[in-house]
Amino acid sequence: MSLDGRQSVAKPNRLLKSLAFLALLLVTAFVLYGGFALLKNLGSSKILATLFAVVWGIGSVALLYFVLNMGAERLPRRARGILIPLVFAGPALVLLFWFLVLPTLRTLWLSFFDDTSTRFVFLQNFAFAFTNPIMLESFRNNLLWMVFGTIFCVGLGLIIAVLADRSRWEKVYKAIIFMPMAISFVGAGVIWKFVYSYKGEAPGMQEIGLLNALVVAFGGKAHAWLLLGGWNNFLLIAIMVWLQTGYAMVILSSAIKSVPGELLEAARIDGANEPRIFFRVIIPVIQGTLVTVTTTIIIFSLKLFDIVRVMTGGNWGTNVIANEFYMEQFTYGQTGRASAIAIVLLVAIVPVMIYNLRQFAERRAFK
Amino acid sequence: MRSRAITEGSRARGGATVNIVLLVICILWAVPTIGILATSFRDSRDIFGSGWWTIFPHRGWVTTGDVHIDDAADVDGPITVEGTTATFEQWREGVEVGHGKRLQWYGNKRTRTLTAQELRWVGFGANLNLDNYQGVLSGGTVKYRDANGDTITRLGNNFSDAVMNSLAVAVPSTLIPILIAAFAAYAFAWMEFPGRKSLFVLVVALLVVPLQIALIPVLRDFTKLKLNGTFLAMWLAHTGFGLPLAVYLLFNYISQLPRDIFESAFLDGATPFNVFVRLVIPLSVPALASFAIFQFLWVWNDYLVALIFLGDKNRVVTSALAAMVGEKGQDWHYLTSGAFLSMVLPLAVFFALQRYFVRGLTAGSVKG
Repeated sequence: MSLDGRQSVAKPNRLLKSLAFLALLLVTAFVLYGGFALLKNLGSSKILATLFAVVWGIGSVALLYFVLNMGAERLPRRARGILIPLVFAGPALVLLFWFLVLPTLRTLWLSFFDDTSTRFVFLQNFAFAFTNPIMLESFRNNLLWMVFGTIFCVGLGLIIAVLADRSRWEKVYKAIIFMPMAISFVGAGVIWKFVYSYKGEAPGMQEIGLLNALVVAFGGKAHAWLLLGGWNNFLLIAIMVWLQTGYAMVILSSAIKSVPGELLEAARIDGANEPRIFFRVIIPVIQGTLVTVTTTIIIFSLKLFDIVRVMTGGNWGTNVIANEFYMEQFTYGQTGRASAIAIVLLVAIVPVMIYNLRQFAERRAFK
Repeated sequence: MRSRAITEGSRARGGATVNIVLLVICILWAVPTIGILATSFRDSRDIFGSGWWTIFPHRGWVTTGDVHIDDAADVDGPITVEGTTATFEQWREGVEVGHGKRLQWYGNKRTRTLTAQELRWVGFGANLNLDNYQGVLSGGTVKYRDANGDTITRLGNNFSDAVMNSLAVAVPSTLIPILIAAFAAYAFAWMEFPGRKSLFVLVVALLVVPLQIALIPVLRDFTKLKLNGTFLAMWLAHTGFGLPLAVYLLFNYISQLPRDIFESAFLDGATPFNVFVRLVIPLSVPALASFAIFQFLWVWNDYLVALIFLGDKNRVVTSALAAMVGEKGQDWHYLTSGAFLSMVLPLAVFFALQRYFVRGLTAGSVKG
């Protein structure tokens, strides 16, 4: 950072400085465009291309800020006061508008048109979204995910957090429960495919799936679990519980640890037993955190996609809204319907958004 | 109350019951992962023949040799081997022929081979190797024997390329949003500009917006700009989708920095850019690290965004893995090693930097 604004020291040759800035602008443009063109043609060596992509990508962004700021600093004082905040906040705002704000409006617009996005059909796509049997099945399944997924994630997370708080090996237990958080849904799908695997009725077969092996060991009959209507949804939900309980546990655990020790001490002196302390002291204190964790997991289960996509592809009665969105757009090419489904998802999340905004206003973090 | 007697400070210490319950839950949680790890080292033929738990010591049938039936014998009717007669189906199940010996047909009828087995303690020297890892990483041709004893030769999954692609997507998609969000968070926290407050409210509102809402329009833009299938498209998309949380988290941190240090720096004639680079960034390292881990895991594990903007070109690990599940469901031995390879890096990052990750989670538990 030896180039940055030390212009207060001296004002030698203004023209020379302007020329230097212009040259820097050209270099920036060259790096940005040339790098991209080069990256497209750098197919031969994967390691080289990767390294170049990383360095170029990050370097370009840093360079862009540096040059933009330099340009803004060269302006007279009054223009500077407006332009420097623009340089700092501008890129983020541009990206937010390009990737989230405008797409929301454009998706809303598209949801009123047919599959070719040319014929206005008004609410026809929404009628589809609320009456089509597959959509209704998806709504039912998402409801199952939201209710059972959330109850098990938060419930188990809370139980583990409370128990682990009383154990000497707390860290080990928590690390094991939390570990699936680092695994992708696709990876988790593969892991659980092995648990649920079914080999069939052929002679000499030994079940290699853990679930079927256990069922057979206890005298039951092996099943193709993922094809089993009714059951399969809950088996998929188990995967989400496996993945997300760690999240609930960690957040709730740190909330439990923030319960003042004197409060617990006082309750014990008053003769309260442990369950009573849990329900009357701990729960009220961590209530806010419980609400946050619950809403986060509800949103998560509403948007759930990967697990269903990888495990069943939405077949055998396991479809969910996000998968149907994907199918409508990328399998059937029904842009209008897909857009309407996306809008339905957004509307379902609006209450949470309003709650967040209220919380934010109450905290008065923004001066 | 027993637990009160062993109270340590103000926290009650649980006895054996607490630890047993936790232990059971932890075993339940760890077993699926252990299963896939164990499977990934097993021979391609063993994987289909028996469960992964058989690699641990237990009493089971051990193959001691082969019995070949001569080509003249009719294999469609009852077959007599070593004095015992049974149908093909029964032979496939395995038939005990006395003296603690069992014969079992190997593969389909055409193999005309039975394996001789004896009941022994097994699992001490399980047949484990790295072939599955070699096969899945390789881009060239790979060979393996399937459950029927046939040798299969075909193209490898080229998972090493997928790992490189994932790195090329994930590293910039982590660092670029951090840089952009840190600049913006600083502006929101310490600068005056019109619309500052309403724009930040917008950021908070965008925290929970589902990705699906943006996919179709952004895909159209990328198609027009011919960006589909490029790393740049992925960086832009992940940056755009990750920004609300990044700005929100970093704002919470940067706005809490003490005002005095900025004022003295400005008195010394520093520009906002100087202050940002020399003061704000170094002071915000904990918050930057929290978000970095969060975003890295998110991007590395993402499937939806990669599926739509990257497609089959430059497959990342998640899409390579998902493709293996879909197209080549029979190559389970590669699926296991692929799945484990896809987890190694995020797990390493996660365990090394767990503290920062947890802090990031608790600070911004509203990610959409």
